[in-house]
Amino acid sequence: MSGQRNKPAVSLAEIKPELERLSRRRFLRSALSLGGLTMLTGCDLSTHSGVDSALETMLRFDDRVQAALFSRQRLAETYPASAITRPFRFNAYYAEWQVRPTPDNWVLSVGGLVADRRSWTLQALMALPQQEQITRHICIEGWSQIGQWSGVPLGTFLRRVGADLSARYVYFKCFDGYSTSIDMASALQPQAILALDFEEKPLAPQWGAPLRLRIPTKLGFKSAKNLEAIEVTNKYPGGYWENQGYDWFAGV
Amino acid sequence: MDRRETGRPAHPIAIRVMHWIGVYAMGCMIFSGWEIYNASPSLPFLFPAWTGLGGWLGGALAWHLSALWLLFADGIAYLVYGFASGHFRRDLKPPRPAEVGRDFVAALRFRLKHHMGQYNAVQRVLYAGVIIAVILQVMTGLAIWKPVQLWWLAGLFGGYPIARHIHLATMFGIVAFVLVHVALVAIHPSTLKSMIVTVPAEIEENR
Repeated sequence: MSGQRNKPAVSLAEIKPELERLSRRRFLRSALSLGGLTMLTGCDLSTHSGVDSALETMLRFDDRVQAALFSRQRLAETYPASAITRPFRFNAYYAEWQVRPTPDNWVLSVGGLVADRRSWTLQALMALPQQEQITRHICIEGWSQIGQWSGVPLGTFLRRVGADLSARYVYFKCFDGYSTSIDMASALQPQAILALDFEEKPLAPQWGAPLRLRIPTKLGFKSAKNLEAIEVTNKYPGGYWENQGYDWFAGV
Repeated sequence: MDRRETGRPAHPIAIRVMHWIGVYAMGCMIFSGWEIYNASPSLPFLFPAWTGLGGWLGGALAWHLSALWLLFADGIAYLVYGFASGHFRRDLKPPRPAEVGRDFVAALRFRLKHHMGQYNAVQRVLYAGVIIAVILQVMTGLAIWKPVQLWWLAGLFGGYPIARHIHLATMFGIVAFVLVHVALVAIHPSTLKSMIVTVPAEIEENR
């Protein structure tokens, strides 16, 4: 990424060991439960590093299975306006009262493997072709709801900035401290959009103002809100939840 | 009781190995499934936290999506073996309703005889039922894991939210089977031995 604005206070590389330690500890809380005791019989209950790395290996395997099942041509089901869930449920890694307002002079930064690294204002994004969708948002927790979003197809945007479409990852950084990343194939699926509107109105802060990713082929936590930067890269970028142990591909 | 023995084992070694792999895989799936359920309960109760596997949602999902493949492989191997060896044809032959009624009443009166390696009508119904339930559980599980890519499978179960409810309901069915199954094994402890070591099957008496 370019420009001072994009420089994170803490880089992922700096906190990676700590995140890995946290994620390991979280997997290992299983040792204290009946399920853990039953299923880990024979294992040393104080150090499960073998179990953890086995689980991580399986998640990588699941990611490969998910990538193989994914088809760029396959569309998520769309619904009539009457199916929209109301009230729509707020969800983030923090409570609703902690929602951040859009910073003054907000722009979207673009970095990594792209030809044009100029930042985008909201007006410039609004001038790009728009697409509307009514799709199901499925949370990793199991609940789901149907919502209506519209905005710029991510594929259109990536081509506009001259992104290397053979790169592996698209990384999203948010001004609320959140981040996530997706595979390029999913980014180019036609329903992945950079949403500007929710229910035909400009995004309110709790729905991700001023710009969010909306990607109905992934679990909800991939649809990052409050975007501030997009980066195209071949280096695995991880993400807020992914670094803690959620499976990375998270396709539906 | 007729105690004559046949030459074959009550449970072939392949069945015993697949049974215990299945127990482990189902245990992982059920306990991690309870932890996943607790993240967003669709019924007005939670499973006690100490019964969960994984420690938190991410850990539970890691277990669930790992043990899935063990259960899948074990289940496919069991189905192939069951059909190829004649196990299903011989031992899980669908009983006539009258047989089920007779054996069920006998079971409730604790008069139902157990013959090692022979399944009575109630057992045949329960074992066939739990096999179908586990197949249904894998199918609804795949449907809610991949409702977009496997849209036809999710559609078969009425879409994502309904498939998720069926997945939960089927879990209760499987757990109910396990409770009955384990209770009956407790009543006939020799059946536990026969699922571990080679024990000759008994010849069914004339009824």
